[in-house]
Amino acid sequence: MATAGQISAILKKHEKDLLADWIKEQLAATSLRGDLLKESDLREQSRSFLAAFQAAAHSGSDDVNGPAFADVRQLLEELSKGRALAGFSPTETAMFVFSLKQPLFARLRTELKADAQALADETWKTTVMLDKLGLYTMEVYQGSRESVIDRQQRELLELSTPVVELWEDVLALPLVGTLDSQRTQIVMETLLQKIVQTGASIAIIDITGVPMVDTLVAQHLLKTVAATRLMGADCIISGIRPQIAQTIVHLGVDLGEVTTKATLADAFLMALKRTGARIEKKAAAPERQ
Amino acid sequence: MLGIRSAEDIVRMRQVVREHAVVHGFSLVDQTKLVTAASELARNILNYGKGGEVRLSVVAQGPRRGLKLVFSDRGPGIPDIALAMKDGYTTGSGMGLGLGGAKRLSNEFHIESIVGAGTRVTIVRWK
Amino acid sequence: MNERIPILKMGQFLLVTIQVDMHDKLALTLQDDLTSRIAQERARGVLLDISALDVVDSFIGRMIANISSMARVLDAETVVVGMQPAVAITLVELGLPLEGVHTALNVEKGMALLRRRLESES
Repeated sequence: MATAGQISAILKKHEKDLLADWIKEQLAATSLRGDLLKESDLREQSRSFLAAFQAAAHSGSDDVNGPAFADVRQLLEELSKGRALAGFSPTETAMFVFSLKQPLFARLRTELKADAQALADETWKTTVMLDKLGLYTMEVYQGSRESVIDRQQRELLELSTPVVELWEDVLALPLVGTLDSQRTQIVMETLLQKIVQTGASIAIIDITGVPMVDTLVAQHLLKTVAATRLMGADCIISGIRPQIAQTIVHLGVDLGEVTTKATLADAFLMALKRTGARIEKKAAAPERQ
Repeated sequence: MLGIRSAEDIVRMRQVVREHAVVHGFSLVDQTKLVTAASELARNILNYGKGGEVRLSVVAQGPRRGLKLVFSDRGPGIPDIALAMKDGYTTGSGMGLGLGGAKRLSNEFHIESIVGAGTRVTIVRWK
Repeated sequence: MNERIPILKMGQFLLVTIQVDMHDKLALTLQDDLTSRIAQERARGVLLDISALDVVDSFIGRMIANISSMARVLDAETVVVGMQPAVAITLVELGLPLEGVHTALNVEKGMALLRRRLESES
């Protein structure tokens, strides 16, 4: 049974010219973006990969997901993340691995030309391994793009979740947009931090800008209210449109003791009352000429 | 791997889990959720499992990283898992919020139990 | 193990600061000590300072709820103060109801809350 050890030996034997050919392939392919990657970096990445691949193949294993290939995967991960950040496309990134095939198969043919069966086996094994590694590269690329998007999303969410100090002791949180579980986490964290910072005892959560309130959204709201309570503050939910009131009743959502007000202004007045403040209206001052 | 045979072991376990969560860059809230879930399950081992152990490991799914905790004991086992997962907070005698709570605080939750042989609960928190 | 959680008298209130990891015996001892002190001092309020706790699981939660119930039977209200935000968020997710337990941001506000409640009584 031919083992990956054969590939390992071939890789070792033809190290230098294999590397040279492979780099030539990469440079030749329109996929290399000279504007995004220096040739010296490419050289170093290719050299490291070949070394790691050779070591992994030497173990006799051809399981790219196993421990023998850990270093290879690590390398591809770093490379893939780097290329994603630099602006390469997923295909361009995966070509790093796929462009190794041609030069490697050329050498397999040279070494194993006497044994057609062995040549077929090794070529097949190698192509499977490189295919899997190429796909792995694409997956990592996807994943890192997704985490960049996640991070950007999070930052956007934080920006769109401003907690306003309306008055001494009173905070207001105007929610705009949907309230999913990820957003709720951020809302809770932001609001509670602000409560600790300001020592506020009332938080007004305004949902005028929340387009739809279903059971899940209601649950998220209730969680936020509960967490706020545990910090010793009271919540008032404002911006309850008539449709929302209907939805809440139809869904059988139990708002418990949470006070609700139609508008932020109403909620603010109530909050002031609770904190013992009062607003007096005096005659408007005459405009100066 | 940590043995859970006393209250001090639970304290120690919480510290270890916290340290690992910090090292792996989990947010403060995620750290707290993981340590709290671990505390629930470790208490179960002590109170119902007659002692057991916890195994902590780092797991990966592509570029995603997470912490996996496996709680095992050789106690009496749980005859009705579905029932045990229900929140019996007010009864005080049952497992209370232990299992349901740990599940809610984790991204992944698995439980296997054989009456007379023991129980194993696995939780994962992804970063 | 002879550790006990110290209970401080602050006017007509008692202040309990929890800083160590609680275990069964310690929790029971605290409940005993506290109920005795409440009766002894005829305290009208208990402040439970948990600002040092970075984890509150269902065991501690039950202990807090028990202390609150016991104190109420002895005509004293309990206020839990200083809960950390991460703990609050986790407790809500955990599903711990902690019904009937009053909370405040810190000891100062907790005392103000207790005083307001006593005033509204008379």
